[in-house]
Amino acid sequence: MLFNQPSPLETKVLTRRFGLPNSASIDTYLATEGYQAFLKAAKMTPEQIIEEVKVSNLRGRGGAGFPTGMKWGFVPRTSPKPKYIVVNGDESEPGTCKDRVLIENDPHQLIEGVLIAGLSVDAHAGYIYIRGEYRYLIEVVEKALAEAYEKGWLGKNIQGTGFDFDLYAHTGAGAYECGEESALLESLEGKRGIPRIRPPFPAVAGAFQCPTILNNVETFCAVPAILRDGGAAFAALGIPKSGGTKMTCLTGHINKPGVYELKLGFPVKQMIEEVGGGIRNGKKLKAFIPGGSSCPVLTAAEVEGATMDYDSMASRKTMLGSGGVIIMDEDTCMVKAALRIMRFYAHESCGWCIPCREGTTWLKKILTRFHEGQGTRTDIDLIGDIAKNMLGRTFCPLGDAAAMPTISIVEKFRHEFEDHLNGKPCPYENTGSMVTV
Amino acid sequence: MTFSPQLEARFDKLLKSYPPGRQRSAMVPMLLYAQDEIGRITDELVNEVATRTGCTPLQVNEVLSYYSMLHTKPLGKYHIQVCTNISCLLRDGDKLYEHTCKKLGIGHKEVTADGQFSVEEVECIGACSWAPAIQVNYDFHHHVTPEKLDQLLDGLGKKQ
Repeated sequence: MLFNQPSPLETKVLTRRFGLPNSASIDTYLATEGYQAFLKAAKMTPEQIIEEVKVSNLRGRGGAGFPTGMKWGFVPRTSPKPKYIVVNGDESEPGTCKDRVLIENDPHQLIEGVLIAGLSVDAHAGYIYIRGEYRYLIEVVEKALAEAYEKGWLGKNIQGTGFDFDLYAHTGAGAYECGEESALLESLEGKRGIPRIRPPFPAVAGAFQCPTILNNVETFCAVPAILRDGGAAFAALGIPKSGGTKMTCLTGHINKPGVYELKLGFPVKQMIEEVGGGIRNGKKLKAFIPGGSSCPVLTAAEVEGATMDYDSMASRKTMLGSGGVIIMDEDTCMVKAALRIMRFYAHESCGWCIPCREGTTWLKKILTRFHEGQGTRTDIDLIGDIAKNMLGRTFCPLGDAAAMPTISIVEKFRHEFEDHLNGKPCPYENTGSMVTV
Repeated sequence: MTFSPQLEARFDKLLKSYPPGRQRSAMVPMLLYAQDEIGRITDELVNEVATRTGCTPLQVNEVLSYYSMLHTKPLGKYHIQVCTNISCLLRDGDKLYEHTCKKLGIGHKEVTADGQFSVEEVECIGACSWAPAIQVNYDFHHHVTPEKLDQLLDGLGKKQ
């Protein structure tokens, strides 16, 4: 079982079964209030279920942070078309490794969340889309699905409620872009993962052009607790407008990297110092990424007083994102960090929109020569200009995801770019470079 | 084409998992699962998947070229995928990748002469909190050091 030593500062809601013997089995799940939220929801009207989710202030945990209850409310429940529930388990935002832990340790919690979503929009089928690299999780999910069918928690007339639901596991095969909701739906239909133009949104025309609820794994995993204990109780765990907890992945130069479940609004400094045990080797913080490599970078000064929630991060012109926290210490070369992030987006751009396809590759080339000491002073502004010209000009957020960290690094660490203007390789490489183990 | 009974069962289940007329949905999973069994995507497999999903071979090829895990060239028996993305990089994933290449004497997407190993520098594999991480075929290895990597590769080499 994959999970780190828990921290006493965690609030265990989604992770409450982690560490129990056979936590992934249906027996453990049923013995610990499992599927009770579904039974409760089955006695409620769809409006009541959606209202409960709205009250919880649950917001999409995949990165965008859109209010979940509102998203569910957009699905035309009375449409004559079949409705679908799709789980986005294509976790591939650099810095993020939480869905993997949730699926591995408690797959039935995810299944129950999907069932409740199904009740809320009268859907009777769903798909759990898992990235190809997480092959072992396909086996975990298929085993859990088989158990659920066997014990009557999936299939026809579930537990005598009259509700039918079929759920399937579906694998991707390596493509970051498929984590974008419309590209994921294309991929689910057996096509290249190219984004769709919106509107129509998936709520109206999603899987197989039918109304669809599409949420991240963590979002669905939060739903059973919301129905079981009430939306208000979940909301009370967080701060106003951001209810509940967030699975937070501490990565990079930190003493105790790991996945921790923290209340929304958790102070960043406390998270680094007390949950994560401080910066490795007693170094100072240089840069902080709150939720995956597509978020604008914060400096150590900007982190002062920040809390891990949507609004605190928005007020600092960045995003809570996926919860993939990336911590960089004082020895990190920010040009190298920007280059590595851009190499990723250039590799993953699906090529559909020109600003993204050309912009990411162009930026990768400039950053590569810059890091090697071959950059010019005008390149510094050019990097920012190209990135700004990608913003908002693509079908999907991948272009923005590549542009946002780049713009922030150039603006906030301009002096590091200037330090590279000497015709020599990276000035930081010889002074301890990225890391010293 | 015939596959193992397990794979045939998996295919049957897959083709029944999607709404009527939507069998194309099974294409990516079928290609990946078949690749796991036969080692790579062959023209014969493309034709077979096309027939079973009601598509043309061109449609299958179009999809095949998009996904980074699907490959038409054979890989080593042990495909060593080293992540060098940001969270792994901060924990020396780039040095680990260089070390792997040097030790095996091959570069990105190359295969050793005996066909035992291949190397790939991969993008984020979702092991960021346990970095640096690698995957050997589908198996994850976390907190990998050059020493641990040497031991792992030496052990796999002996298993031949």
